[in-house]
Amino acid sequence: MSTATGMKAVPAFQKNGKAKKKMSGAEIFVRALDAEGVEVVFGHPGGAVIKIYDEIARVQPKFTHVLVRHEQGGTHAAEGYAKATGGVGTVLVTSGPGATNCVTGIADAFMDSVPIVVFTGQVPTALIGNDAFQETDIIGVTRSITKHSFQVRRVEDLAPTIKAAYHIARTGRPGPVLVDLPKDILFAEAEFNYPKEVSLRGYTVPTTGDPAKVERAVRMINEAKKPLLYVGGGVINADAAEQLTAFARKTHIPVTTTLHGLGAFPEDDPLSLGMLGMHGTWYANQAVQHCDLILAAGARFDDRVTGKLNAWAPHAQVVHIEIDHSCVSKNVYADCAIVGDVRCVLEQLLPLVEEQETADWLAQIDRWKAECPLRFETADGLLRPQFVIQRLGAKTNGEAVVLTDVGQHQMWAAQYFRFTRPRSHITSGGLGTMGFCLPAAVGAAMGMRGSDLPVISISGDGGFVMNAQELGVAAKHRLPIKVAVMNNNFLGMVRQWQELFHENRFSHTDLTDTNPDFVKLAEAFHCVGLRTNDPNEVDALLEEAWRVTDRPVLMEFQVPQEEMVFPMVPAGAATGDMITQRY
Amino acid sequence: MSTDTLTPQQIVRRKAAGEPLHPDEPESTRRHVITVLLENSVGALNRVTNLFSARSFNLESVSVGETDDATISRMTLVTRGNHRMLAQVVRQLNRLVDTILVEDLPPEESVERELCLLKVPYTSANRAELMDVAEVFRAKVVDITPDTMTFEATGPAKKINAFIGLMRPHGIAEVARSGRVALRRTLAYGD
Repeated sequence: MSTATGMKAVPAFQKNGKAKKKMSGAEIFVRALDAEGVEVVFGHPGGAVIKIYDEIARVQPKFTHVLVRHEQGGTHAAEGYAKATGGVGTVLVTSGPGATNCVTGIADAFMDSVPIVVFTGQVPTALIGNDAFQETDIIGVTRSITKHSFQVRRVEDLAPTIKAAYHIARTGRPGPVLVDLPKDILFAEAEFNYPKEVSLRGYTVPTTGDPAKVERAVRMINEAKKPLLYVGGGVINADAAEQLTAFARKTHIPVTTTLHGLGAFPEDDPLSLGMLGMHGTWYANQAVQHCDLILAAGARFDDRVTGKLNAWAPHAQVVHIEIDHSCVSKNVYADCAIVGDVRCVLEQLLPLVEEQETADWLAQIDRWKAECPLRFETADGLLRPQFVIQRLGAKTNGEAVVLTDVGQHQMWAAQYFRFTRPRSHITSGGLGTMGFCLPAAVGAAMGMRGSDLPVISISGDGGFVMNAQELGVAAKHRLPIKVAVMNNNFLGMVRQWQELFHENRFSHTDLTDTNPDFVKLAEAFHCVGLRTNDPNEVDALLEEAWRVTDRPVLMEFQVPQEEMVFPMVPAGAATGDMITQRY
Repeated sequence: MSTDTLTPQQIVRRKAAGEPLHPDEPESTRRHVITVLLENSVGALNRVTNLFSARSFNLESVSVGETDDATISRMTLVTRGNHRMLAQVVRQLNRLVDTILVEDLPPEESVERELCLLKVPYTSANRAELMDVAEVFRAKVVDITPDTMTFEATGPAKKINAFIGLMRPHGIAEVARSGRVALRRTLAYGD
């Protein structure tokens, strides 16, 4: 993105400070981020935001600016940062292509309720609508994929808008907020006052739930014989994993989590059923189909969870604890909906619920666990991706931040890595964005500096290449990310569907001829590259990778093309009809 | 799928959503008038209308104007759907940061009006008849030329439909309808 937007406005900063200190919009911006407590900004400069970059060089703010190599990488990095730390991720890009390159990341954050604020440059106010160089109506483009968006039209509005943007992104059901900054606003001058409070009359943040509904839920729990907790990412967003775990253990109610709920409940607890849904465990889906009460917490009944909606959980009454009212009864009718912050509601419920007599139900679940556990082929000596995931789990004892991309490896990681703490699993779930993982790992690693937890990025060969350029960013910041690439030289998940449902027509999924040499690619980006195709070498390779502490290590695991993710609910089938192994 | 293969809970869900229990049963959809107070700011109107297309909600009519407070506009939306969809419309509208109040107005508790301008050609032969129809509907002539008349009619949508219907045989030149506006009735004397 070159710098070429014609700026005619007289730079106001030239008339030296009289009376009260005025400063440029760009300086206000930089100081506002510091006042907001922003630690890291993922950005890429360009013409419309050059004044901000100038102020970053001049003011030397407290935040660290990470120069990403593609704006999409910037948005995913901000997501990774937000999900790993619980804070808000920040992105700064220029107008036009800088802004449109953020669209995928914004959509991803919208689907997965990730709090990020994206600042986009814009052509000067006077040129808006004239098809100026690098002009895009980014507010219009992102309208349906942002929680909210602003275009700053007066420099006096800049600081309050930034305050409001972070407030909206962080609170309630989190999500992406876009702030469009016309170039002339960044040159215009005003006093800097960062507001302490935000008041938006159309926006209220839910907290506790309706006590009557809470009591009703308690009665429903007491009446249920076969209750099941269905836990989503909202529990992690609300920092409610501790309350949820206490609730499950007090009531002896088994727990299944969604992809984003992984880590909300320790998977080494006997009450854990692992993940449910399309590639969830068979026993979790059996429990769903047989339970008489679903206690949904911070989950939205996504189609990858429910499969054929009308056939899902046919005997269950539903209690739905949810911060976003629009998720209530959207897909599955909630017999009792408690709208509120999941943590607040669980704290309301905890003292009211009693120990439940679920021994028979838990015994039934244990029989299901024994009948059809997760399993994969180990006898043939080939390097299976599931095995690599298990060894990564053993290497770290589950104490790691694991990021995954989209596809088969993502499902294997969800199935075979035992997640025991919140914010230890970060992935692109709702949008399913290939190329998410590596930049998100860069963001997570920036947020986890100073922590002992290793950051592990697990991708397939297809998705990894989609944002491979961010390896250089990780190297530049000396981030010791462990980058696992499960290379089967195929778009594996598409291949799986082609094999199962499209009569083995592997249309445009073979990547053999276009894949790079991953070890050389890593080295070209100043990283360490390792590879193996032998299960017996995996532990030694991990040892070697873990010895590197000053840069990323890319570990290429060459895995068989034919491997498939099981069990599986075929698209549109009922949850009860799982394929449990290759037929 | 017939009712005897549905579990009791599945029946509860379908009834709550307003979905038919039998495939051959028609969906029970209703027309609803929804009134929205929203920030009178750039893009707010767009966010609302965009929601309808993005979420595939039905939108029959929309009208918008300032209220007595210049920073707030009132939108009146007419939509159609079953219980589940209508609840979704209201909740998704509420979710927007720009919306201050969203109300689903039941017809029996609200007044609604629409304004219609209708231009019709006339000759001496049908002029009197046109004026008779207009009088029945309390429509006013707001513009007249030697061969066309423009009427202004206000009222509930049904009345406007009837007015247009009666004018149609005379060859309508042009029609403009405002879309509905509605307010909740205040029941000062109880039911």
